[in-house]
Amino acid sequence: MDVGLMQMQGRLTDYMNSLFKEGILDSQYLELHELQDESNPGFVVEVVSLFLTDSEKLLDDLSRDLTQQNVDFKRAHAQAHKMKGSSCSIGAPRVKNACIVFQNFCQEKNIRGCLRCLQQMKQEFVLVKSKLEALFELEQQVVAAGGSLPKMQPINPSV
Amino acid sequence: MASPSTRIDDGRDVDSDNSGLMREKLSVLIVDDELLVRKVHEKLLSKLKLAKQVQTQTATNGKEALDLHLSGSSFDIILMDLQMPIMDGTEATKELRAMRVESMIVGVTSVDAGADKEAFMEAGLDKCLPKLLTADKIKSLVETLEKNK
Repeated sequence: MDVGLMQMQGRLTDYMNSLFKEGILDSQYLELHELQDESNPGFVVEVVSLFLTDSEKLLDDLSRDLTQQNVDFKRAHAQAHKMKGSSCSIGAPRVKNACIVFQNFCQEKNIRGCLRCLQQMKQEFVLVKSKLEALFELEQQVVAAGGSLPKMQPINPSV
Repeated sequence: MASPSTRIDDGRDVDSDNSGLMREKLSVLIVDDELLVRKVHEKLLSKLKLAKQVQTQTATNGKEALDLHLSGSSFDIILMDLQMPIMDGTEATKELRAMRVESMIVGVTSVDAGADKEAFMEAGLDKCLPKLLTADKIKSLVETLEKNK
């Protein structure tokens, strides 16, 4: 087997494992991968792209909503609920957890807490976005070199 | 407004060891305002091949789900989200039951336990499960469907 390809696959596996170890992705991401097949080889990228686009819009909406004179905490709570749901769906637990904390601040009508937490949500989102883009880049390199994507098992699977 | 979409899988690639026991058809309506959720559930259903022919349709809110029924469609299972614009899952479920729809209606929501969720159950759900559904949960729903035939 091509040594270069083997090294690429090894880098991909190591990178994937690091994402699980850091808690950036969890086993739900692997569940998504299980759904991908020859009939729809871009399924995971498609679903993740939806998450990234929707979340960017949600974060923009929240930034705007929290600067209003009379903050609609119920609406902000609902927006965070959506982002919590979609981050859970793609297996991004750190984003999900940041959304939960944000929702708690919404229930308390704590604007400062919400603003602080919104920054955290943005940071976690930017982090998972960059990590996933790097992951897809590595996967593309493996496939372009004629290799197959290794089957993944998380090192520290979340229950 | 997005129109409901339909997908049919004819189950040709079934495992030969259980094809004799497999139900002929399974029709599922996925009602959720989030495209991501609709896509994942649709893909999961097509991959599981729980019947020789699996037909999935999607709707983006409760009103679309009702309109499908009013136009004559019927389904074995309806996967119903709770929080949706125009018409939410609770109202849609009440309306469907008032129309004597006999489908298994399964609430699928990430809303925590509380008054909203209770009202959702009381609207006429057969079950309420957390998002996202897993392969095991979907298989279990179809098994329940078979038992209740």
